[in-house]
Amino acid sequence: MAEAVKTVKVTIDNITVDVPVGTTILQAARMIGGDVVPPAMCYYSKLQGSGGKCRTCLVEVSKGSEADPRPMPKLVASCRTGVMDGMEVKNMTSPKVEDARNGVVEFLLLNHPLDCPVCDQAGECHLQDLGYQHGKQGTRYEFKRRTFEKHDLGPYIQLHMTRCILCYRCVFTADQLTDKRSHGILSRGDHAEIATYIEKSLDNNFIGNVIDVCPVGALTDKTFRFKNRVWFTKPVNAHRECKCCSGKVTLWQRGEEVLRVTARKDQWGEVEEWICNECRFEKKKTTDWTIEGPTHVSRHSVISQGHYENTIKPKETFTAVHGGRNPQLLMDIHSVSEVNDPSIDLSQINGPATSDVYNHSTKQA
Amino acid sequence: MATKLLLAKAHVEGIRHFEVYRREGGYAAVEKALKMEPAAIVEEVKKSGLRGRGGAGFPAGMKWSFLAKPEGVPRYLVCNADESEPGTFKDRYLMEFLPHLLIEGLVVSSFALGSNRTYIYIRGEYAWIVGILEQAIAEAKQNGFLGKNILGSGFDCEIYVQRGAGAYICGEETALIESLEGKRGNPRIKPPFPAIKGLWDCPTVVNNVETLAAVVPIMNMGGEEYAKIGVGRSTGTKLISACGNINKPGVYEIDMTISVEEFIYSDEYCGGIANGKKLKACIPGGSSVPILPANLLLTTAKGEPRLMNYESLADGGFATGSMLGSGGFIVLDEDQCIVKNTLTLARFYRHESCGQCSPCREGTGWMEKILGKIESGKGAISDIDLLWDIQRKIEGNTICPLGDAAAWPVAAAIRHFRDEFEWHVNNPELCQTQNFGLAHYADPIHVPA
Amino acid sequence: MVKFSEDKLKEVQSMIDRYPEGKQKSALIPLLHLAQEEFGGWLSAETMDYVGSLLGIEPIEVYEVATFYSMYNLQPVGKHVFEVCHTGPCMLKGSDDIIGYIKSTLGIKVGETTADGMFTLKTVECLGACGYAPMMQMGIDYREHLTETKVDEIIAACRNKQ
Ligand SMILES: Cc1cc2nc3c(=O)[nH]c(=O)nc-3n(C[C@H](O)[C@H](O)[C@H](O)COP(=O)(O)O)c2cc1C
Ligand code: SF4
Ligand code: SF4
Ligand code: FES
Ligand code: FES
Repeated sequence: MAEAVKTVKVTIDNITVDVPVGTTILQAARMIGGDVVPPAMCYYSKLQGSGGKCRTCLVEVSKGSEADPRPMPKLVASCRTGVMDGMEVKNMTSPKVEDARNGVVEFLLLNHPLDCPVCDQAGECHLQDLGYQHGKQGTRYEFKRRTFEKHDLGPYIQLHMTRCILCYRCVFTADQLTDKRSHGILSRGDHAEIATYIEKSLDNNFIGNVIDVCPVGALTDKTFRFKNRVWFTKPVNAHRECKCCSGKVTLWQRGEEVLRVTARKDQWGEVEEWICNECRFEKKKTTDWTIEGPTHVSRHSVISQGHYENTIKPKETFTAVHGGRNPQLLMDIHSVSEVNDPSIDLSQINGPATSDVYNHSTKQA
Repeated sequence: MATKLLLAKAHVEGIRHFEVYRREGGYAAVEKALKMEPAAIVEEVKKSGLRGRGGAGFPAGMKWSFLAKPEGVPRYLVCNADESEPGTFKDRYLMEFLPHLLIEGLVVSSFALGSNRTYIYIRGEYAWIVGILEQAIAEAKQNGFLGKNILGSGFDCEIYVQRGAGAYICGEETALIESLEGKRGNPRIKPPFPAIKGLWDCPTVVNNVETLAAVVPIMNMGGEEYAKIGVGRSTGTKLISACGNINKPGVYEIDMTISVEEFIYSDEYCGGIANGKKLKACIPGGSSVPILPANLLLTTAKGEPRLMNYESLADGGFATGSMLGSGGFIVLDEDQCIVKNTLTLARFYRHESCGQCSPCREGTGWMEKILGKIESGKGAISDIDLLWDIQRKIEGNTICPLGDAAAWPVAAAIRHFRDEFEWHVNNPELCQTQNFGLAHYADPIHVPA
Repeated sequence: MVKFSEDKLKEVQSMIDRYPEGKQKSALIPLLHLAQEEFGGWLSAETMDYVGSLLGIEPIEVYEVATFYSMYNLQPVGKHVFEVCHTGPCMLKGSDDIIGYIKSTLGIKVGETTADGMFTLKTVECLGACGYAPMMQMGIDYREHLTETKVDEIIAACRNKQ
């Protein structure tokens, strides 16, 4: 042992990787990629202090470390737990995790409105994805869902508080990208809600990024034209000269129209580079942009970029390490829910879509 | 006669004032401690076996020895006087009657830990106690036991009282620290633990009022002598706040060898069940610990008498035991409804959830709603199973132990009183006018041969 | 306009002095208590902004805290606020009856204020007086071992004080 150990070995769902000291279990899992990666609804690698809150990323630590092999008594939040040398973690191979995660998803959906048909986030909503993977048919919750007073945040950002899962990402974003604290959480417990004072920081050029970090449809882009279902739009990478940001964005187009501008996201759904309000809200003409080509939307592949440099491809095949089970496929949402029926063209609905105007009469068969 | 290490002088006239407290032997522990090495004091506390009196029972000396001591960084001692666990009102009693005992304990502990600025975080509702404590602090300062260069030792220490503003969660040590920093009481995600990164990111020890007061007798008599009182790992004396349907509610100092039965029925303590009623159930350690039916409270599942200490109350695990917890002893007589009682506790935990993590934020409200439904005679049998499933999915899956604290009372009520829940479901009208009563809950338990 | 008197400002300074240099935000919770006492028993947005300005922190930092803690009133309340505990131990000792009695005596529901602005009734969770139940808090005082007669006396005393 001449050299000081700079990496540690961690085994997640029977796959072993070497990762730098200080890596969290979630980051280590992302280095492996595929199904061993726990879902993360609140953690955001680019936001300091994020994570630990939603509890979707809970995993079982069946062996603490080489030095102290005792299992951890409780499931731990993988996004906030550092790996130790020799640690063994179970994610999808743990029935306990499966059970707890089903519970967490149920909790998150408990007060969440079932308005996916009219939600701008549908199709790119992490809660929707999770719901399909872990949710049961129907809800066991028979009480009235929580409601909040409606707030208007001005011309750019739309807030639907009932959809918020209190991941705190927007709070960290506003805090870390803007120079003045102006956004936070009010009240406590099941009444907690995000503050509506974001409008006060709308003059801040980076506040629009709260839209991209929001894992659900609580904060959406008011300038998103025609409120289209995202899967009817075509994402392309584009850029422009911008004084404030990199100007590298994803354009969501239909035909020649730019319906929406967002930051580019990596396979974990995280923004690659923050973009400014001007790029996001004001540049809605194709001529504003230099198109680079279609955005590659990949979600379950091994990445080798950003700070996940030490990615090591496991030698074992997934099927082998999962005990013969096939890896789960990315689901085609159309196949599991009528709510997302592509034959329902919500762009036909005038004005802001609400559940009142949504009904099957708009369905064009 | 029981040993009284903390409350022996509680009723001496004028004991709230420095002169009387001093005349009765007060501040001797400070005089002794300041002549010792801080590490030696920590050693005495370790030897005493003193366990945290705030609820978790973590050995105090061990906690102290974990405190990081980086060069040039201040360390803090924070006294947890948030006392908000239903059934618990012992710290209030101690601070109200013996403020100088706490201040004395704080000076010794601050010296042992190297804290020059020590805070007492007191729940906001105890507003009048703030005055009592501040008066005691001022007196101690005037007499050289606090402030600059205490008794010429070169040790400086200031004690400040910080008032909370209504939030049970601020009793959790990291939420308390956040609150002390002027923020919302959201518990921090651990690690790092306060011993490494606490108040203003400096190493911090948080201890309960009673724990810190107990440092005084430990100093005076020596850790080894202190450890001789009590039994096993339950050393020393413990304050129990007794309430509910008993003849003599109040705060009692017990030595942890007495039986639960003696505690409830002896005139020295609770004086029996009020109005000649019978004992139905008891929550022995503050509202979050499992409720036990009379039979399992008085004897363990093995048929042995249960004692008022950490080990005996926990005997049998959660299947048949409970916990000493914070010492909030809540007694229910035969006329009480377990469903109603559980409902008020579920409401409490829903009300007090900070809302940071989803299982607690969403689950506590859901449990309250279902319990409300059952209590009002509108429940179904499947609701009982659903409740069980919800509490199971909260427990252990949250950021801080409030999730567990919310889950345990519901779990224990269903575990031991399921037939009462079912009776509610099956008798929707009757349950609105009548109670299930004592039923079989006091029957002697059958010990398998 | 909300503004502390010179005397109160001295008190504010002494509160800030309890913390190390630069940690004046810690004084927020005590300061909000003081502001609530001084400015009509509740915290208006103006009051909160004022408190923030005294500590040099952003308004949102004050709102976050003021809405978290249950002792702060974010709406005007009556002159006398009855905060009756209804958690388990108090319930076992009849707190529901006391709440019912106050409701019928004052003719208001929980959360309401009497038309004359004299009384507000609230239910609160355990106040650490379980052994002296049923109980309620009035201002900074605890009223314990409540009975209907005691409630009558308290109400009469409040009315007489006017
Ligand atoms: C939700 C919750 C509430 C708590 N409330 C209190 C309290 O009011 N007083 C207290 O001393 N400890 C309380 N605790 C325990 C503290 O977190 C901490 O363990 C204790 O102050 C440590 O002191 P001790 O070791 O002296 O007991 C609470 C814990 C939790 C999880
Ligand atoms: S609005 Fe969105 S980003 Fe903000 S806390 Fe809610 S869910 Fe998270
Ligand atoms: S368990 Fe409850 S109180 Fe604790 S952090 Fe989570 S939401 Fe807050
Ligand atoms: S992603 Fe880890 S707790 Fe939310
Ligand atoms: S339950 Fe009412 S004071 Fe504790």
